[in-house]
Order: sequence, then C-alpha cells, then structure tokens
Amino acid sequence: MSTAPLLEIRSLAVSFTQYDRGLRRRTVTALAGMDLTADRGELVALVGASGAGKSLLAHAVLGMLPPNAVESGTVRFDGVVLDPAARRDRAGRDLALLPQSVTFLDPVTPVFRQVRRAAVLAGRSAPDAVAGAALEHRGLGPEVHRRYPHQLSGGQVRRVLTAMALMGDPALVVADEPTPGLPAEAVRAALADLRRIADRHRAVVLITHDLAAALEVADRVVICRHGRTVDEARPADFHTDELTHPYTRALWHALPGNGFRLTEDA
Amino acid sequence: MTLRADDVWFRYSRKSPWVVAGVSLSVEPGEVVGLHGPSGAGKSTLGRVLSGSLHPHRGEVSVDGRPPRPGRGTANPVQLVAQHAHLALDPLWKVRRSLAETGAADSALDALDPALAPPALLDRFPHEISGGEAQRVNLGRALLANPRFLVADEVTASLDPISQVELWGLISAAVDARGIGVLTISHDRPLLDVVAHRVLDFRELVRTPA
Repeated sequence: MSTAPLLEIRSLAVSFTQYDRGLRRRTVTALAGMDLTADRGELVALVGASGAGKSLLAHAVLGMLPPNAVESGTVRFDGVVLDPAARRDRAGRDLALLPQSVTFLDPVTPVFRQVRRAAVLAGRSAPDAVAGAALEHRGLGPEVHRRYPHQLSGGQVRRVLTAMALMGDPALVVADEPTPGLPAEAVRAALADLRRIADRHRAVVLITHDLAAALEVADRVVICRHGRTVDEARPADFHTDELTHPYTRALWHALPGNGFRLTEDA
Repeated sequence: MTLRADDVWFRYSRKSPWVVAGVSLSVEPGEVVGLHGPSGAGKSTLGRVLSGSLHPHRGEVSVDGRPPRPGRGTANPVQLVAQHAHLALDPLWKVRRSLAETGAADSALDALDPALAPPALLDRFPHEISGGEAQRVNLGRALLANPRFLVADEVTASLDPISQVELWGLISAAVDARGIGVLTISHDRPLLDVVAHRVLDFRELVRTPA
C-alpha cells in the first residue's frame, strides 16, 4: 500500500513559445509553480482569479496542452510520475475532464451520439446500452437523445457532460468552472453532483473563481495567483478567520457577505 | 431624466412565448437598481430591450421621452455591459481600437481613468489580458460613450471576488461622479444586496399573459 495521494502535482510550470513578429520568438510563462494534491474521496478546490492559469492546469494534468507548450515539474498519478504523453493516453479513462460549457460539445451532432462516442472511446462494450443508461441515470430519457446541444438547458448540458466524463469510470475528475452564471439552485445541484462523485472513492479537483461555492463542498481549498500556488486552507479556516496568507484573506473579505471590500494586500 | 419601461412586451418570434410580458419599471439618475431572478426567465432579454438592442413588440422604453438609440453624433444614452468580457472585444483588435470604436479621440483614451484601462493595456490584444481587465475595458468603453444609464448584465459573474469588488468600485464611482443610473442584472442576491439601492424580483415584474 502506498500512502501517496492519487494525484500529486509538484512545481508544475508551463510556458509557451510564440512567434512575436516575423521570426522573433518570445517565451510566455503561464504557470510558474503549481502544487496540488488530491486523494480518492477528496474534493479539492483550486481557486484564483481569471487568468491565473487554473484551466491551463486542468489541461496540463490531462496532457492536453498544445505542442508549443513546455512543461516542467512533476505530475504523479498513483505514485507514478506520468509524462504528458502518458497522461494523455489515460485521459478519458483514469483521468477525466468535466469541461466548462456547452462549447465542448459538438454543435451539429445529437447528444446521444456524442455520449455513445464517449463510451466507445472509454472502451466500453455495448456502447448504445451504456450511453442510454448513463443519460437515464441523470434523468435524461430517450426524448433528449436526438436533441442538439443548443436545445438543452444549461443544467441538462452539464448532466450530459458529466455522463460523458464518468464514462470511463475515472479515478480522477477535473471539473473546470462548472458553475459561472448559473442560478443558486443549479450551482448547488452541480456542486452536490461533484461531491457525490468524490464520495464514490474518486478524487475531484474543482477549478473555480467562486470561492463561496468552493467553501460549501470542498475538503481543501488551494489558492493560486499569477500561475503559482500561494496557499492552501480548509473551509473551516475561512469561517473562523484563521487565514494566514494575505491574498486568501483578501479573497474572503471581498465576498459580498463578508464586507465586499479590498484589503491592502489584494 | 429617467429610464422607463411602460408595459413592455417582447418575444423572439410570433410562434414563441412572451419572454418579457407587461414589464414596467424605472431607473432614476444616480440610482442602482438590481434585477434578480432565475436563469432563463428573460432578465437578459429585458436588459437588451432596455438598452435598445431589441425593440419591444408592445409598450415603450424611453429615456427622457425618447427611445434609447444613437442620435446624430451621439452614442446610445443607455449602454450595455454583459457577462462574458472577452466575447465583447474583437480578438483581432488591440484594446485601444475597441475603445476608439466609441468615437473617442486618442486624447480621451489617454485621459481615461487608469483604473479602467492603464496605458500599458491599450496596446495589448484581448487574449493578453485577464477577465477582470477585459471587463474593466468594457466598462471603460461604455463610459466613453457618455451614457446616462448603464445596463450591467451579470458583469461580474465570471470574475473572482477581488476583481468583482474592483469593478463595482468603478461602477459606483461613475454613479456618484456622473449621476449615471444603473440597472444591474444578477442571479447573485447577496451581491445585489450590497451594490443596489433597491432590488426588483423579475418574477414579480412579469404579468401572466392573458
């Protein structure tokens, strides 16, 4: 038995080489040093400003970065260091991405065919039955099978994406901003869904800018800023005002219910 | 000068149901009015009707007795800022050009409050700035049009808490300094309770269609 967490990210850095003007190249550092761990049964939230590199971390973990990205640091899965190619190889099976929005679905293909394809890619036998059952399990009956993504509500799209992400029975689910702009009830439903996924012995990484939502479901909150992990805290530390890092304190006091103000460290 | 909706009805086509049904409301200068309601209810549609991007089938939207639309040499007195900051910016244009779209002279751009768009930001492309920065640029563009009213539709729903406070600080400053009236649409009730003088419930505004 190893005691290592299921996912262990250490000093992950990502930079991109771009052609600026003509043949002049420049290197843009997008992630400068991210640390994050998540174990089975755990829901870990990664919170930070937009542009802090949160989605990039998700894509890096799944080996989905474009070819001009240069990665350093280590990503361990079940105690084994996996390089980007090995991660990409396991994406959709051991590792799954629950993407942000409807734009990750094919707009011109009915939803059933897309879920079925996810089943095929995950190596499931009898993909038709599996896809139908996965949708049914989330309250989406045959009436939605032939609909196109734009004919579904935001909540239905999320359930389709969840069905596709869990198709390969992944040990790790990375959910990228699943809630922005949703009304309170839909946010609660989405988060409760993620909590259930974690409670079924999976590791869940919830990427969000919504600190209040993260505090409701997460076991731990990892705070990042400018592409770097700066702090980690438990939800209880927020409510009891035991936050040590100034940026984490600033995020907390900026919430509408907690003063809606900028502290000098923000 | 008041932004007023009188018994406004709107639907997207003759066959589709009424999205905005018999809504009346008003926003006074210097006032921040919150509009709260569930998603899919029609809040954003109402916002677009109020800012003149959509025309009501029945009823009337008016600013000082006139419908909200650009005049000769003047911009629309009701400006709209929406949720997805980057979608409102042309990805192939530098920030400066998006701001200049308002007809503002270069001198006006350089004199823009650096909290809205610092000089270094003007020569960047949208993909080179963060969501919070992009939304401040959108607000700056709306304010360059010298509006009397602002419709702010989920303007901070995609922002982190700190960027949210920063953007609202800038909106409040415009309200105080220029007497702009704001209608702000959000599903986030705690936020509306902090930023708005009064909050309307969308469901209570809409009439059951007869």
